[in-house]
Amino acid sequence: MNDLTPTPEDRTAKLKGLGTSRKRVEDARFTQGKGNYVDDIKMPGMLHGDFVRSPYAHARVKSVNADAAKALPGVIAVLTAADLAPLNLHWMPTLAGDKQMVLADGKVLFQGQEVAFVVASDRYVCADAIELVEVEYEELPVVTDPFKALEPGAPVLREDLAGQTSGAHGARRHHNHIFLWETGDEAATNQAIAAAEVVAEEMVYYHRVHPCPLETCGCVASMDKVNGKLTVFGTFQAPHVVRTVASLLSGIEEHNIRVVSPDIGGGFGNKVGVYPGYVCSIVASIVTGKPVKWIEDRMDNLMATAFARDYWMKGRISATKDGRITGLHCHVTADHGAFDACADPTKFPAGFFHICTGSYDIPVAYVGVDGVYTNKAPGGVAYRCSFRVTEAAYFIERMIEVLAIELGMDAAELRSKNFIRKDQFPYNSALGWEYDSGDYHTAWDKALAAVDYAGLRREQAERVAAFKRGETRKLLGIGLTHFTEIVGAGPVKNCDILGMGMFDSCEIRIHPTGSAIARLGTISQGQGHATTFAQILATEIGLPADSITIEEGDTDTAPYGLGTYGSRSTPVAGAATAMAGRKIRAKAQMIAAWLLEVHDGDVEWDIDRFVVKGAPERFKTMKDIAYAAYHNAIPGIEPGLEAVSYYDPPNMTYPFGAYVCVMEIDVDTGTHEVRQFYALDDCGTRINPMIIEGQVHGGLTEALAIAMGQEIAYDEIGNCKNSTLMDFFLPTAVETPHYTTDHTETPSPHHPIGAKGVGESPNVGGVPAFSNAVHDAFRAFGLRQAHMPHDHWRIWKIANQLGLHG
Amino acid sequence: MGKKMQIALTVNGEAHELLAEPRELLIYVLRERLNLTGPHAGCETSHCGACTVEMNGKSVKSCTVFAAQANGATITTIEGLGSPDSLSVLQQSFREHHGLQCGYCTPGMITRAHRLLQENPDPTEEEVRFGISGNLCRCTGYQNIVKAILAAAATINGAKEAAE
Repeated sequence: MNDLTPTPEDRTAKLKGLGTSRKRVEDARFTQGKGNYVDDIKMPGMLHGDFVRSPYAHARVKSVNADAAKALPGVIAVLTAADLAPLNLHWMPTLAGDKQMVLADGKVLFQGQEVAFVVASDRYVCADAIELVEVEYEELPVVTDPFKALEPGAPVLREDLAGQTSGAHGARRHHNHIFLWETGDEAATNQAIAAAEVVAEEMVYYHRVHPCPLETCGCVASMDKVNGKLTVFGTFQAPHVVRTVASLLSGIEEHNIRVVSPDIGGGFGNKVGVYPGYVCSIVASIVTGKPVKWIEDRMDNLMATAFARDYWMKGRISATKDGRITGLHCHVTADHGAFDACADPTKFPAGFFHICTGSYDIPVAYVGVDGVYTNKAPGGVAYRCSFRVTEAAYFIERMIEVLAIELGMDAAELRSKNFIRKDQFPYNSALGWEYDSGDYHTAWDKALAAVDYAGLRREQAERVAAFKRGETRKLLGIGLTHFTEIVGAGPVKNCDILGMGMFDSCEIRIHPTGSAIARLGTISQGQGHATTFAQILATEIGLPADSITIEEGDTDTAPYGLGTYGSRSTPVAGAATAMAGRKIRAKAQMIAAWLLEVHDGDVEWDIDRFVVKGAPERFKTMKDIAYAAYHNAIPGIEPGLEAVSYYDPPNMTYPFGAYVCVMEIDVDTGTHEVRQFYALDDCGTRINPMIIEGQVHGGLTEALAIAMGQEIAYDEIGNCKNSTLMDFFLPTAVETPHYTTDHTETPSPHHPIGAKGVGESPNVGGVPAFSNAVHDAFRAFGLRQAHMPHDHWRIWKIANQLGLHG
Repeated sequence: MGKKMQIALTVNGEAHELLAEPRELLIYVLRERLNLTGPHAGCETSHCGACTVEMNGKSVKSCTVFAAQANGATITTIEGLGSPDSLSVLQQSFREHHGLQCGYCTPGMITRAHRLLQENPDPTEEEVRFGISGNLCRCTGYQNIVKAILAAAATINGAKEAAE
């Protein structure tokens, strides 16, 4: 050893592995405007397709006359349901076991529904032709309220389901009813609640919103009739699933379909579904023999693809007088819109909503969810959350607050009193989940100390007194949340999408000179996979992250996987990456032993090399081993150094966090100011703290949008009232507060590196934190529940209804 | 459709002449005719700013500017602000401070920040937040974007001071 020998610390640092705030490899490209998003793709002879959409929410389509459109120079084709019917593509299966019209088949069921697909030489001609398509409609009665939709005399929406008394998820009790999904023990829950000393009951509505990524959905479909190969570039959060579905629908064999997700400009759940635009582009390309591009505009995006939430959650929670929770009952009326196109694992029509016992040790619980059809857009995607987990977290965190009011108790103390204790993990919840790990009290106490919770409550009491004396018109709200997520779907035994098990994968190829490429079944939409997955590997195989290329999204090259949503990439594909890395290391160990002329068991792993036990000066680095793997003829060992792992997770992961939002509210204008936001996240092992922090900032801002202004609302005749960015709230830098992030680290016991996923936690925890702050500000004046979004007008109304305007 | 018009543009220092319909939007001329795909279309209603470019020394939303209105204009897009061999201070600063995630708003955001720092070389945090409020980002929550712009301003001002 001499001074030039790198220390173990130097060698570890050089890898830029786990725990490093490694700068992103994606950024050089993106900061120069050199990303490659779907609308950047140009192919020779490429045509443009776009939709004629319904202005009505419910109407019979009497006729579609495309003659004038077809006569316009540059128009190649106009497709209607009649053209797709011979191919049996006028309807398509949804991810939720229902079916959805690709193009209006006799009637339309929501405003913005796709009626005809115009294919033309460029986007301008296409837009002109859309204006020339004459559609004759006969208006039908509209129902946009899920409760009214279930009334006996409600309009029949889905005539195609006439006489069908059961669907993919069991019995249908009404023509607009989709399913009733139940879990837990209702009788025991009712008994516990009936016997309880204190019961709080509340209807909690989580309004309809939209993920609204900055890039809308789109694709370029190209059927090469010479070699029989269909290539589809598109905004797909799950490209492999799209390939399989495309194959099943079209009859084209899967090896003849290549699906590519290029750079994606944000997904947030919007890009999980299969949309009519994809189907029509593919058909149009097959028909014309030319590439066809379809790109949504913002109105199309907000009106037609992928809403989220729209859950009416009726809750009852019971407790002892001193605040020990004894039972939780929840019935949800779930507005699914015109088609049940929810993106949930097949066996879970309400997603993982039954994580709604949250962070609390609740002995008995019941959940029933009624899915309902209305004249609204289909979707029901997980907008920056694991399937329906935000709804669940919002529900329980509101119920806790309402119970605290009922008990006359501090809401922080009530939470602390009911947390699942550290020694209870793994914890089996009343609704059937096995929480893998957690340390809620530590996180909670840290959060409360960080914000000086006692001090805040004192300040709040003083403020209320000053308000009552007429000295101020501003109230102070302290929004608390302790959320538990369930992410990383999931174990194939109970998680699949249309029968496709929700494992994920990683394939690694080490190059002879000691660099590598790894391909995964996931696809980044801004999460920085190219950066972070290389870090996992760097630590596993001892090659610098900078020497590892990560590739995703091309089904011709990447191993099969179920894609990126529901915070599943790190829990599932990240695990596959670590496991594949370990296979590489296992073979490397044999090669190293051979090179060092010792037995396999006589060498041990040390950061970036195998060393002979007890003789650290005798070693082979991974770089040496990589070269030898290819170029030394080693007896009994195949040349090459590659590995593949398909990882079927044994359980979900359960990230959690403690958030505190301190908000000033102006009683007279309804405006608010977030004075402080403290977010403590526990996502288990931290791969890249810089990226985690960025995810938290972003998720909290989406939570701010949802809680404080964003909504997709309809009027009584089914007009979508928020179909442009003028009407649909996305916060700017001015409205967005400053966030303070913090963490605890409770590794997942079953994940190879202990990681749990973090991208969605801030949205799951953020929405109740913002909303609870609004509620808390008015608690002293008797407010129990006010529905989101808490925009200025609605906050003003709260104040007004509480008589605070004098 | 209308009669095509002859349009002359100087984009990133390069002169272009082309025929465009009067209704053709600058964003599509840049993206589809000149292959400058850095600016993105996010809303086509001037709200999101993904299409932001610089026209005659001002930030504009190129999704609501007709190419005809840009006749004779000098335009700078993200592609004109740095090169692979030499990233601009802002481009480096966005990377350094994790001021981007999916990258879709980034070209417009950096182009806007570039103009902002010309207009106000030493902005406060509040001025930066207001100055980029025409550019939406769905991923970052802006905190690191603001940090990146303030850091870039400090770097540029530090370099200026050192040169003086």
